Amino acid sequence: MYHPSRATAGALAGASMIALLAAGCSAGGGEAPAAAQDAVTQEQIDEALSTPTELTFWTWVPDIDKEIALFEEQYPEIDVTVENVGQGLEHYQKVRTALQSGEGAPDVVQIEYQYLSSFTLTDSLLDLAPYGAADLSGEYVDWAWNQVADGESVWAIPQDTGAMGNLYRKDILDAAGVTEPPATYEEYAEAAKKVKDETGSYISNLASNDPAQVVGLLWQAGVKPFGYDGDKTVTIDVNSPEAKEVLAYWQQLIQDDLVSTDADFNDAYYQGIVSDKYAGWLTAAWAPIFLQGTAADTSGKWAAAPLPQWEEGEQVSGNWGGSSDAVLSSTENPIAAYELAKWINNDPSSTTMFANEQFLFPAAKNVLESPEFTGQEVEFFGGQKVNELFAEISGTVDTEFPWLPFTEYAYSSFNEIVGTAIGEKGDLGAALDAWQEDLVTYAESQGFTVQQ
Amino acid sequence: MTTTSPRVTAARAHPAPRLRPASRSTRNRNRAAYTLVLPFFVVFTAMLVVPLGYAAYLSLFKSQLIGGQVFAGLDNYVRALTDPAFLGGVGRMAVFLTVQVPVMLGLALFLALALDSGRARGAKALRLLYFMPYAVPGVVATLMWGYLYGPDFGPIAQAFGALDLTAPDLLSGRTILFSMMNIVTWEFVGYNMIIMYAALRSIPGELYEAAEIDGASQLRIAWSIKIPAIRPAILLTVIFSVIGTFQLFNEPSLLDSIAPNAISNGFTPNWYAYNIAFVNQDVNYAAAIAFLLGLVIAVVSYVVQLRGQSAQRKGS
Repeated sequence: MYHPSRATAGALAGASMIALLAAGCSAGGGEAPAAAQDAVTQEQIDEALSTPTELTFWTWVPDIDKEIALFEEQYPEIDVTVENVGQGLEHYQKVRTALQSGEGAPDVVQIEYQYLSSFTLTDSLLDLAPYGAADLSGEYVDWAWNQVADGESVWAIPQDTGAMGNLYRKDILDAAGVTEPPATYEEYAEAAKKVKDETGSYISNLASNDPAQVVGLLWQAGVKPFGYDGDKTVTIDVNSPEAKEVLAYWQQLIQDDLVSTDADFNDAYYQGIVSDKYAGWLTAAWAPIFLQGTAADTSGKWAAAPLPQWEEGEQVSGNWGGSSDAVLSSTENPIAAYELAKWINNDPSSTTMFANEQFLFPAAKNVLESPEFTGQEVEFFGGQKVNELFAEISGTVDTEFPWLPFTEYAYSSFNEIVGTAIGEKGDLGAALDAWQEDLVTYAESQGFTVQQ
Repeated sequence: MTTTSPRVTAARAHPAPRLRPASRSTRNRNRAAYTLVLPFFVVFTAMLVVPLGYAAYLSLFKSQLIGGQVFAGLDNYVRALTDPAFLGGVGRMAVFLTVQVPVMLGLALFLALALDSGRARGAKALRLLYFMPYAVPGVVATLMWGYLYGPDFGPIAQAFGALDLTAPDLLSGRTILFSMMNIVTWEFVGYNMIIMYAALRSIPGELYEAAEIDGASQLRIAWSIKIPAIRPAILLTVIFSVIGTFQLFNEPSLLDSIAPNAISNGFTPNWYAYNIAFVNQDVNYAAAIAFLLGLVIAVVSYVVQLRGQSAQRKGS
């Protein structure tokens, strides 16, 4: 197989990463522009979309065939094969294996925001900016765009998000005399005590195996535990005083037995939701739909509110979950692949379908602002306009939250150290110190320069 | 594939000189034999020998996310031998081995003798019943037991609750190893029993007749005739169990989702190797761990076999 990209990339070693990646992509397929910095012209796009092309798309979004059918209807020459190779870690393992073996990698691939930099680290993603992605910046909520864009480069197109809010059992809180959702964390702690004393339920669960939930809460508090300069330097600061303050708050609730620490997303957890063990959940924008699936029996008893705030009168949130679609730099059809990634996350017919049929919480403003979406009254939440609430919350997510280029390790290490401390009602401040040390050791052993 | 064929052809050519005086029919028979064995060796080489060689090669390198792959000699092995997570996992398996394997095999032997004595009614049905857990895939078995152990909604916890007793937490860091032993025992008792039972059935009946004439009780027959006679079968089950124990993977992998704090990344050596390869993305170190684990298994199996054989010699 002829691999011009290798030679080009090799010749440019030492040049900035952007230039390097761009060179890789320009040589990746005959139809790409000669110089990477030159934007792709409309003629080239038209030509690529009217040339018979086969694309492979790895994603775990259920029933995504429907959106793909719309795409293929519009561009009959493009034939898209959708493959679901697993979700989360399993999916990434297969992507990395395919990339390493140099064969069988898809053209377009779903990647959660926190894992993007681990793929740019290995030069595996195509910079989409020259293909026109830079023009899309205004069409997605700012913080989601910042997750996929890095300086001049754009590494993926946002698909869905998980801005965090408070879903709670109105009936249980009412029974405990908590008639308004707690606005601040101070009120939340007081409410937690009332709820536990009056009803025996926990006001929320802080999972002992879910780094994403804790990181989302840190995100809300303005903590920036991670950083990566796109080259060799990472910032690790998971035991900052601000982070410790957030976890000290939760440690108190856990030790007072006001918040449970069960592992989430397993059968026992689902049963806990149905059997009133939990009176609420600080969770993400995808959870309203998720609950309707797992706790259908509790329909009508729920309500949604923004997260409690650290400062009274503030309105900030964090993010937990959500995905983007990226194009791998190994693709032979970069233009068509980019157009697919863009179209399914940008064309109103597709984004609306995502939001209303697959219930992905949208990142695209064209859905977030459409009355058809925000106006839905959800019976499960007693007729509340949950989408409208989360669309508002999505606008309050802190816009900057960088990640480490090895989130898989960071999360696994979190579970070993901090998660275990949460489950054992231990000292979370000390756990953060231990996590910090472990991450620094790992990063240094992997050749990174670490800023603490 | 191409690398394997010359070796196989060489093997086929080798006996030719010795067989020259042999008749044409012998040669034909040999050729047929080699042809029949060939597919096995091709698959064996491609699927086992080559990957093993590749893993051995990988284990001698060190790769970093920044800086790429460099030759590291035996560094990965040295690291593993001082890695508390790996040693902890091996130690845990040693505990597992010394506690679970005797219990399981003792139970299997007892059941096999009971079925063989002919006193149990419906022996055929019982035999099938004991064997049934083995037919349940390990993954399903673990999921099922995970539910039974559940601290909130599991039937064990509910039974304790109904009696106003506090249920033991079967999924805590301190108890989970024993909970796991229970799962594995439940799963493999029937399997080991069948091996022993089959061996018992092949003991010649005259021995029993002679024993009865000598006035031996059933217990004495079991102790002095049956158990010594099936010692090779018992040894086989011990070796299978040793290998199975060190390779535990499904159980920690599945229990991890319901008891994440009790199952550490290095709970069993196999689970540790998996986590290192796929979470830490350190294939080289994982390969070294896998080789060391293989070595441990080989040594322990060999020791068991040696001891078993010397005991047998003494016995006979």
